[in-house]
Amino acid sequence: MSARSPSDGSYDVAIVGAGDVGTAIARELAGFDLRIALIEAGPDVGAGTSKANTAILHTGFDAKPGSLEARLVARGHDLLLAYAEEVGIPIERTGALLVAWDSEQHGRFGAITENAEACGYGKIREVGVDELYRREPHLGPGAVGALEVPDEHIVCPFTPPLAFASQAVLAGVDLRRSEPVTALERADSDGWTVETARGTVTAGWIVNAAGLRSDEVHRMAGHEGFTVTPRRGELIVFDKLSRPLVNHVLLPVPTETTKGVLVAPTVFGNVMLGPTAVDIERKDDTSSTAEGLAYLRSLGDRLVPELAEQEVTAVYVGLRAATEHSDYQVGVDGKQRYAWAGGIRSTGLTGSMAIAEHVRDELDRAGLALRETPEALPELHMPNIGEAGPRPYAEANRIAEDPDYGRVVCFCERVTRGEIRDAARSPVPPADLDGLRRRTRALMGRCQGFFCAAHVAGLLAELSDRDVAEITEVPE
Amino acid sequence: MSAREVADVAVVGGGPAGLTAATEIRRAGAARVVLLDREAEPGGIPRHAKHQGFGLRDLHRAMSGPRYAARLAEEADRIGVELRTETQVTGWDAHGALEVTEPGGRRVLDARAVVLATGCRERPRSARLVPGSRPQGVMTTSTLQQLVYLRHDRPGRRAVVVGAEHVSFSALLTLSHGGARAIAMTTEQPRHQTLGAFRAGAALRFRAPLHTRTSLSAIHGRPRVEAVELTDLDTGATRDVECDLVVFTADWIPDHELAILAGVELDPLTRGPAVDAGLRTSRPGVFAAGNVLHGAETADVAALDGRHVAAAVARHLDGDEWPAARIPIRCEPPIGWIAPNAVDAREGTEGVPPRDRFLLRAEARLDRPRVEITQGGSQLWAGRLRWLDPGRSMAVPTEWTAAIDPNGGTVTVRLGAG
Repeated sequence: MSARSPSDGSYDVAIVGAGDVGTAIARELAGFDLRIALIEAGPDVGAGTSKANTAILHTGFDAKPGSLEARLVARGHDLLLAYAEEVGIPIERTGALLVAWDSEQHGRFGAITENAEACGYGKIREVGVDELYRREPHLGPGAVGALEVPDEHIVCPFTPPLAFASQAVLAGVDLRRSEPVTALERADSDGWTVETARGTVTAGWIVNAAGLRSDEVHRMAGHEGFTVTPRRGELIVFDKLSRPLVNHVLLPVPTETTKGVLVAPTVFGNVMLGPTAVDIERKDDTSSTAEGLAYLRSLGDRLVPELAEQEVTAVYVGLRAATEHSDYQVGVDGKQRYAWAGGIRSTGLTGSMAIAEHVRDELDRAGLALRETPEALPELHMPNIGEAGPRPYAEANRIAEDPDYGRVVCFCERVTRGEIRDAARSPVPPADLDGLRRRTRALMGRCQGFFCAAHVAGLLAELSDRDVAEITEVPE
Repeated sequence: MSAREVADVAVVGGGPAGLTAATEIRRAGAARVVLLDREAEPGGIPRHAKHQGFGLRDLHRAMSGPRYAARLAEEADRIGVELRTETQVTGWDAHGALEVTEPGGRRVLDARAVVLATGCRERPRSARLVPGSRPQGVMTTSTLQQLVYLRHDRPGRRAVVVGAEHVSFSALLTLSHGGARAIAMTTEQPRHQTLGAFRAGAALRFRAPLHTRTSLSAIHGRPRVEAVELTDLDTGATRDVECDLVVFTADWIPDHELAILAGVELDPLTRGPAVDAGLRTSRPGVFAAGNVLHGAETADVAALDGRHVAAAVARHLDGDEWPAARIPIRCEPPIGWIAPNAVDAREGTEGVPPRDRFLLRAEARLDRPRVEITQGGSQLWAGRLRWLDPGRSMAVPTEWTAAIDPNGGTVTVRLGAG
């Protein structure tokens, strides 16, 4: 831990929320001479909305031209792609095919292409039916054409916030987990008092990146302007044996209200179908519904009929932080020393690093003293959990050096004891089994713990020197 | 680079089928028989199934699961099977050898015969698409048994058990050992699918009311299960039942990944490898035995599969030619599946299946069904069975296989008229 990490609970900046956006901001600001707290209500980073998205690296081709989202998604795409290469975030450059199923949808190709160009993305091209079925031979019958979006890729949804947070922590950022913020008070002209469920900290500046609760934190800071209405998105993940059925991200023609339901491979080697889009009341209601799942299955049967025969490995539900506004809600109040990045709905993962840059610049303009630290951010190499890269179980050299990489403990996902040990000793260790799953893929596979859940739970407890009961608690 | 080694026979999976197969293959004279088990201890599922009654059909005595697992492993070891634990087969290389990961290294194991004995597993909640929240306290029987017997946890107090097969009643026993009470047991079928005596004994001992024609339609609660919603399939009526533990039992699926990676033909109904009476798959040199072939039979039945496969493995090692063509046996609904489900098409070479019977299941319970087996226009066998069930196998005699025409095409099993 760096020498500038304070132990007295006083910070220059307190970032509220450690999802994709909050962790990216923490990492961005970690390059400056600032004492930073990253305060997360839940037990882990990236464990709210960020853990259940569609895992697509978007180009922003379908964004609203001129919007902040359009600009930040386009920039964020390139930043994340480069960062992924640098630190080892699994990405597969699949590209996307946007498929039209009738002439009305096909008739909108021109407008979609124009919209993309207005957003600065000019690489869309139309693909004929023959080429479409040659590239996606398992696509259901009846497609009339497609647009190729060559830069829409699939990305690991779990590694990015872990990488951001790890690098921030290594650079001295104080990550405070399981610490929901309950009140914000302007102490004096120099800053804020932050009340949390675990005590009080002070901070010169507050950055609100609280996702679903960003509107509540916004009000705590004395601001109005947006209200988050959680939009439920259910996702079905199919067995790895279905991976050969889908080669690209298969997008529907978007409507006014939603990007629609897509089918895509995942970097873990599964096939994903979703999301649904239903506005709901409660910000903690991550329940799936019989209707939603039936709807997805029927749609999947039409898009890729052979999916009907495939086993389902998992069902996820994500809540997008939708607001009454169509664009991101990002701003800084220099007088109040308060910045916010809310209403980041579906593109937050892609946009995260650009949002962080943007917030940094806004803070700079508003008067936060940003002095670069002499040393660069610590180098980081995230464990590869994607199928496209080498994984320890298959690496003869690593096993020869360390037999624990030859000790597979989660059989379906081929996670080794060595990887669980590494996760337990990492800069941001898992708080529970769910966190271990996002770091290693343990328990993520087709058996969902039938063979190994008890063993893996015991192992994580042993390797992190904790009680099994503690690590099997499911987060809120 | 991965180290390369050779063996006469590689058996993948160290449960009752794999251990027994390896033992019998070694006993029949194969020099180097390697058994690869990914767990730290061999024995498979019985390791953590503490109830009595294992070993009846194969060892002709009753013992507990762990004792039975240990006994089979000792026997394999004693006869000279090379037991390799913490050893996972992850795939096949381009030459048909097994790719293996173990603490000692990453290797390729080239065996003249491979027996897949990878077993089966219970479909988890997600695969059953049960909607609702995703709380703690939802698990399969296997996880429950591991928590209670291997980790000595107390996983909950009030449990709802989904399913009413043999394994579901063994879950009842595990729950009672783990300090939990089963407050309800549900099955979508009109009756349970276990031995009457077992069911009566369990009902007496554990007093879990069995709700037939009932589905578990939603799970509520967070972070822990608080209740489940049960739906009466006949009336559509729903009600909530408070509980803090849900055990999804049965609804088996073969652990068939290696079989699929081997490119062997799968039976569309069992979802396991399609095999002939000798338990040969469609790929030369690759056999399959035990519960990887179909939803679960008891451990001793799986072990007898292992004993049975040894003969065909020995013949293969002696140079017996692999059947070039096979006749599939298909089932028409409401017949659920048949095993074995392929016939060696070479004249006069077809042996009898394990325990000299075909196993037959239905999609839903049928009482006194008349079943016929035909090939082309000719009837090979017809008879009335006592029952057919989705969760329990009925034995069908085998003498009709002698009448199969090697050039007559697919054999079909269906319900007969009347």
